[in-house]
Amino acid sequence: MTAPILEVRDLTKRFGGLTAVNEVSFDVEPNAILSIIGPNGAGKSTIFKLISSFEKPTRGEVRFNGEVISGLAPHIVARKGVVRTFQETTIFKGMTARDSVIVAHHLRSRASLAGFYVGSAAARRDEQAFGRSADEILDFLGLGAVKNELASNLPQGHLRALGIAIGLAADPKVLLLDEPFAGMNVDETNRAVEMVWAVRDRGVTCLLVEHDMPAVMKISDRIVVINFGVKIAEGTPAEIRSNDKVIEAYLGVEDESIGL
Amino acid sequence: MTRMQRSARAAAVALFLLIVFVVIPLAIYETHRTDLYYTLSSVALLAIASGGVWLTFYIGRINIGQGAYALAGGYVSAVLVSTYGLSFWLSLPIAGLFCALISVLIGLPILRLRGVYFSMVTLVLTEVARLSALALPVTNGAKGITSIPMPGAIGLLGLTIVPAFDSFAEPNAAFYFLSVTMMTLTFAALWRLVNSRVGHLFAALRQNEALASSMGVNVPLLRVLAYAISSFLGGIGGAIFVAIAQSIYPSSFTVNDSVNFMLNCFLGGLSYVFGPMLGTLVLYFGWDLLFQTGQYQLLIYSGVMILLIVALPNGLLSLRWPSRKAP
Repeated sequence: MTAPILEVRDLTKRFGGLTAVNEVSFDVEPNAILSIIGPNGAGKSTIFKLISSFEKPTRGEVRFNGEVISGLAPHIVARKGVVRTFQETTIFKGMTARDSVIVAHHLRSRASLAGFYVGSAAARRDEQAFGRSADEILDFLGLGAVKNELASNLPQGHLRALGIAIGLAADPKVLLLDEPFAGMNVDETNRAVEMVWAVRDRGVTCLLVEHDMPAVMKISDRIVVINFGVKIAEGTPAEIRSNDKVIEAYLGVEDESIGL
Repeated sequence: MTRMQRSARAAAVALFLLIVFVVIPLAIYETHRTDLYYTLSSVALLAIASGGVWLTFYIGRINIGQGAYALAGGYVSAVLVSTYGLSFWLSLPIAGLFCALISVLIGLPILRLRGVYFSMVTLVLTEVARLSALALPVTNGAKGITSIPMPGAIGLLGLTIVPAFDSFAEPNAAFYFLSVTMMTLTFAALWRLVNSRVGHLFAALRQNEALASSMGVNVPLLRVLAYAISSFLGGIGGAIFVAIAQSIYPSSFTVNDSVNFMLNCFLGGLSYVFGPMLGTLVLYFGWDLLFQTGQYQLLIYSGVMILLIVALPNGLLSLRWPSRKAP
């Protein structure tokens, strides 16, 4: 068994009197796909924000490669290699897809801001490398044909892919995907699942927050189930499927939705 | 960029320099309208301060506090020159850097605010600056600082590069050349900024700060950097203004000026680097031209402003280059 790339320990977040996340712990293996599921308001998104450090935990911690990252500024956490994506509405609307991805290469720049201002040799090398890498990422995610379109003109499916492209540009070790399949039909979901697999095959560990049960069951190596801020189950898709606690507490009688 | 675009750009720059540095001075010389030197210097200096405001617009903040930095820069230069006998030329960068420094201290907390909340705080800043100028001992209160000596000569190795301004028959002509040179440098620097990666990061900030920080951009640092550059320009503009007027009072820059700096940007166009320059020119002369209409001046002025903003929400420059957008 390899050392976990991400360790979540006793993670707790209170908003006033409300405990959104209560002592949640789990590990993420390197190069795995782990999904966090749970009903609306269960605290999934809060866990997501805690891992990417957009929120600070009330108690507990998140370790990345053994180093505590919770409580750091979000851009520092991104710099260390834990990068989150957003839902499709969070993009640079006024930029083309290619420009967005080029800007997202920020973490790879060797030249300083002053170097970019005066156009130093290092800055010019960076710009060229970013352009090539952006083209590669966009082609990889099937956006090659629309890369010079303004992001605000792209359809939903492409925006999801663009969000992932922006995440990949930061060269992450762990990519957190916020509901990558929400609002998609079966075809689109299948394509998105392929995309996430392809991302994992680049050596990126993927963490998903997702509602779409069939997709989650298909894609995940492990699943963590959250209800009312508490982890009620963790395991492989097969284990989750047959877990009585999950079926009763969370899924109720709608067995079909987990693909039974 | 194609070759044709490049040569078109070079031609536009050459034309601009020709008009500003040759045609206008010659026309003033021929028509003996030397008062225009003062007017046009004012426009150039207000354009520099507006350029700073434009940069804060560029990161998505509506800045109605540039008057505070213009006033602070003016006072720093005035005190250094008249009380401590420092050369104006040295006081100029000091005034700019002083403004940049205090803007970092002020900006770190207030740049966390957005939208109307940030605007309100900056609006208050101008008033705070005025009241500080009234209260602080070093500013000489409401009496202000007057009879500030004109800029002296700049020499290098015994060679006079710029003669003392009071040795000119028409010192305002010297101020004109100083002002438009500074304006040209300011806008060249701003143009380079927004067309470099730094500018692209600023644009990313304007469009979505959370997304920018998710890709590792140090959002608070870049915000403060933009605000410091903006305030630096405010300080420089204010300092030269004070040198021309040879005096400064707490009311030299008021909330009214702060609002005008912002309007200059709106009028010229927020997507265009050179928008604030055009906006300042049009707004300044527009107001003066309406002077004939007497009591209706403000009414007509406001009406035209509203119509312009409704008809051209992207500013005057969107008339000529409808397809050119900021990244």
